[in-house]
Amino acid sequence: MAEKILMKGNEAIAISAIRNGVDGYFGYPITPQSEVMETLMKEKPWETTGMVVLQAESETSSINMIYGGASCGKKVMTSSSSPGISLMCEGISYIAGAELPCVVVDVMRGGPGLGTIQPSQSDYNQIVKGGGHGDYHNIVLAPASAQDMYDFVDWGFDLAFKYRTPVVILADGIIGQMMEKVEMHPMKPRRTDAEILEAAPWSTTGKPAGRERNIITSLSLDADIQERFNRKLKGKYEIIEENEVKFSEYMTEDAEYVFVAFGCSSRICEAVVDELRAEGIKAGLLRPITLYPFPFKEIERLSKQVKSMMSIELNLGQMVHDVRLAVNGTCPVGFYGRQGGNIYTPEEIVAEFKKFNGLA
Amino acid sequence: MSISIEEIKKPENRIYGKPSLLTDNVMHYCPGCSHGTVHKLVAEVIEEMGIQDKTVGICPVGCSVFAYNYIDIDWQEAAHGRAPALATATKRLCPDKYVFTYQGDGDLASIGTAEIIHACGRGENIVVIFINNGIYGMTGGQMAPTTLIGMKTSTTPYGRDPKLNGFPLVIADMIAHLDGTAYITRQSVHTAPAARKAKNAIRKAFEYSQKGIGLSFVEIVSTCNSGWKLSPVDANRWMVENMFKKYPIGDIKDVLNGK
Repeated sequence: MAEKILMKGNEAIAISAIRNGVDGYFGYPITPQSEVMETLMKEKPWETTGMVVLQAESETSSINMIYGGASCGKKVMTSSSSPGISLMCEGISYIAGAELPCVVVDVMRGGPGLGTIQPSQSDYNQIVKGGGHGDYHNIVLAPASAQDMYDFVDWGFDLAFKYRTPVVILADGIIGQMMEKVEMHPMKPRRTDAEILEAAPWSTTGKPAGRERNIITSLSLDADIQERFNRKLKGKYEIIEENEVKFSEYMTEDAEYVFVAFGCSSRICEAVVDELRAEGIKAGLLRPITLYPFPFKEIERLSKQVKSMMSIELNLGQMVHDVRLAVNGTCPVGFYGRQGGNIYTPEEIVAEFKKFNGLA
Repeated sequence: MSISIEEIKKPENRIYGKPSLLTDNVMHYCPGCSHGTVHKLVAEVIEEMGIQDKTVGICPVGCSVFAYNYIDIDWQEAAHGRAPALATATKRLCPDKYVFTYQGDGDLASIGTAEIIHACGRGENIVVIFINNGIYGMTGGQMAPTTLIGMKTSTTPYGRDPKLNGFPLVIADMIAHLDGTAYITRQSVHTAPAARKAKNAIRKAFEYSQKGIGLSFVEIVSTCNSGWKLSPVDANRWMVENMFKKYPIGDIKDVLNGK
């Protein structure tokens, strides 16, 4: 039986990186995710797996270290929280433009500006819609438990290398700080140089005689070349949207009302569904696990069976716009959120639900 | 006595040639620009050391953004100023490789000061080639941090005034104080002897980068005759008379030679 260890979500990210053969972590301290780098430094993986861990001078620098490391075909990752992610968006745009794989963890806190250090989901628009300049998407994974934090690192690298694109694990202060049991999967060794060459023949590791030089760049001054590249990216995103949507459903089969919530909010909404069911109200929950690609089809399908839907988010209403796009007027769509680091209770959501649906 | 063309063409009689690592792409640099010469020196050093398959170059944003078109090695094209961050990760993840950045003064001394200072502070075992011509070339001749007092640029049309624009940053001297730097030198390529010295400096920097003793930094005081609005010959003269006073040529630090 696999070993289970009690740990914080942030610690799970660090332990998972070591155990899943990540080559390098480059980061900068910021609350509420500093345990990621602290755990890595304490574990000293350079003495065991050979993983490089480095504290950079800024988030700007750490994301550009990721850019350099990814250019070598290595599995590299960083983590930060909202204000630091804003600084990283320049680099993430370059990484998307140069078609490089990497994993970025955003443990969201309240904003805008310096905001708070408490949990929030207010980076949804920034991360799911792009964040940096130019036409690009991140693949966005939304963990709802410490186990997800552990599992999504490996899944994130699989997707990042499959599509040569940045993957963001969009967590929040609750998931980062909450302690839960985490099941350790078997160790994966770091890839050998030969395996890297096979997985990433485009990588810049020194040009041997007999092959063209590898150039990692996002620059083209020719409008037609750039347009062709933009359309190539679009084609990639269409394949991702077709194949990589992931979501979970809770009690939706006969549901007359469906909540849509991701991350910590989906955990709270499970309790809301239970409470409403106990009262005889047929409620259900759809949890998007990938925020990009977003489960548009599934929400559209559910919208045809329910009386209403409600998006529950720790922000002023960001994902709700995607829910409304999916529903496209088929049923009413409500929203309830808390901000500034405040968190709703199930009872609070039940009351808002009843108000929205005229059931009070 | 006359020598036939066939005789002259024999390899043993050649005194000059294009390094094989320099591609046949036509360079976009202006006539008189120092970049072409420095590219050639870098290509020669990599070729003579036989390290093409172990070398990764990082280009900046600026005129040398297209360096990857001219030297036949693997390249990464960084965001403006960030080349030392890319080089840091590349070297740490691939410690047997020779990793160098090639950066101008707008890139390295302005937007990228944090990245270069901290790469020096950490003692990254990389080579930095720093082209200092006191101006932003690619964007059309604006003031750089290295622009001399009184020097006219498109954003200092009346000359750089320290009250308005502050003073030039002398990066090489600044980083010489940091324990993480191993070799810091300032060279130029405006004459054949100067170019030979610059080449020796570049080679030393590449050799030092495999010794685990810290960062090696080769500043090349350069001309930008287009930005300076001077002919190539006048630009060289102006550089010697003005730039060399603020940026004197010679070794600043060499930890393996007691300097």
